[in-house]
Amino acid sequence: MSLLTWVDLVYLLAAIGFILALKGLSSPKFARQGNMLGAGAATLAIAMTFTIPSVRHAGSRLVLMAVAMIIGTAIAVPAARKVKMTAMPQMVAIFNGVGGGAAALVSMTAFLILTSHDSFTGKPAVYKIVEVILGILIGCVSFSGSAIAFIKLQELITGRPITYPAQQVINAFVGIAIVGLAVATVLTANVALLVVMSVLALVLGVIFVLPIGGADVPVLISLLNSFTGLAVAASGFSLGNNLLIVAGTLVGASGILLTRMMSKAMGRSLANVLFSAFGSVVTASGGADGAGADARPVKVGTPEDIGVLMAYARKVVIIPGYGLAVAQAQHAARELADLLTERGVEVFYAIHPVAGRMPGHMNVLLAEANVPYDELKEMDEANPELATADVALVVGANDTVNPAANNTPGSPIYGMPIIHADLAQHIVFLKRSMRPGFAGIDNELLYDPKTTMLFGDAKDTLTKLVAAVKSA
Amino acid sequence: MTVGIIELLTIFVLAAFVGNEVVSKVPSILHTPLMSGTNAIHGIILVGTMAILGQAQGDVQTILGFLAVLLATLNVVGGFVVTDRMLEMFKAKPSDRPAKSAGTPEEPGKGGAPS
Repeated sequence: MSLLTWVDLVYLLAAIGFILALKGLSSPKFARQGNMLGAGAATLAIAMTFTIPSVRHAGSRLVLMAVAMIIGTAIAVPAARKVKMTAMPQMVAIFNGVGGGAAALVSMTAFLILTSHDSFTGKPAVYKIVEVILGILIGCVSFSGSAIAFIKLQELITGRPITYPAQQVINAFVGIAIVGLAVATVLTANVALLVVMSVLALVLGVIFVLPIGGADVPVLISLLNSFTGLAVAASGFSLGNNLLIVAGTLVGASGILLTRMMSKAMGRSLANVLFSAFGSVVTASGGADGAGADARPVKVGTPEDIGVLMAYARKVVIIPGYGLAVAQAQHAARELADLLTERGVEVFYAIHPVAGRMPGHMNVLLAEANVPYDELKEMDEANPELATADVALVVGANDTVNPAANNTPGSPIYGMPIIHADLAQHIVFLKRSMRPGFAGIDNELLYDPKTTMLFGDAKDTLTKLVAAVKSA
Repeated sequence: MTVGIIELLTIFVLAAFVGNEVVSKVPSILHTPLMSGTNAIHGIILVGTMAILGQAQGDVQTILGFLAVLLATLNVVGGFVVTDRMLEMFKAKPSDRPAKSAGTPEEPGKGGAPS
């Protein structure tokens, strides 16, 4: 067998490794081994790539390659080790962006190499140019889009949707210009046109992401992840590399699936999430800032009362929202749960799919606080249990338990599946104020006779609850 | 490695089905590691960037290739490391829950002080 056949064979093994890595994620038990298998597969494929003659005999460029890899590793490892779990969405966004950028650069350089080769005369086949254009286009959008998503998540600019006059018109104009340039590039194979198109694709990534904000970012990140996958697959076509096609397509398919699941969990269509600038509209109408903007009475309790209530309950369900993560209250929540469990109270966490800032984010935050994963219940699994729960403890969540999603047609969140905190005997809200959640709408549940409010920072309140349970 | 476009398309379509099948079995509790894990997998573009830098001619192509290798390395290395860190935290209920793991110190004794 020739060397290149061996390379292809090793690439096939790596592709199998990636598929098994994803398969491992179907259970928390095998997930870590799966990921290690994936990392091993990647290492093997990279090592084998060094044996390809054009790489092996690259001389000074081989040195450059090693330098780039060393610098990359030196930056990536500490960053990945140190990042806080609350900052995970940003980290994923940035790793995703650089991947998209790399794919775009591969497609671009592949085209330059093809057209500048000595033996090259005339024009590459149309499908070759189309592959290159797709790789560059999707990669660039993913790169700049992820960069903006990172800046938003890191709160370097507002996380809210950013809108400006004639936004849709400008976006459409850029989109049409890109299509025009792409067609022109296919017809002429002109490098300059391709470069202009790349720049516009970068612009498109920025203006596409700017109006998406707040609670929609989880959907956005998984969509961008899928884009990078597809860009990698497109570069795989350009290079005739099976491994890149398989790996990129796996990621593309997974990202699209996740994106659809996320929009479904919010009761909205993907188009609505991406193009409606949802948050900005309702913020204007629901901007009830500060304490008790409403004159309606709510029942405010003390941590001592609630502590006693929970200490003598049979079943307590903790419903965490992003507010819990913001207050860094995961550890306090776990402490409370442990204490209750010791007293014989059945405790579990009911987790909404869009709680947190990326799909499944809340689970990671709680896992970090040493909550065993069998205490984390998905919405569908938790809802039947809530009817028999004595206490539903809602920590920093609001919209995800708002009954308006079920019973108020016309509400912006109507149709969104919710966690049925309203079914529990007692409902306790840990909130900083009466301020509405992201959707900016009032929550009837706050005024329910079964509901008690505990105002204040979630971490402080939970710590007080722990003390109250201890002395109960 | 000159393979026809149809063969490549075949691989693409089959991989899409496999991806859809495998990922639909991932429980929502693991969706964040899934995203960061798939993120690491597309970092294998590093293989492509290496091939490109190897074939590059002239300064422009070399610079683009160098940047591509750098970005791809960030992606693949960072992706796998961060996913591993996350997955390490997912533990089943132990008999006595140890407070060890991933450099997450316990909240320093705030629990005792009622106010």
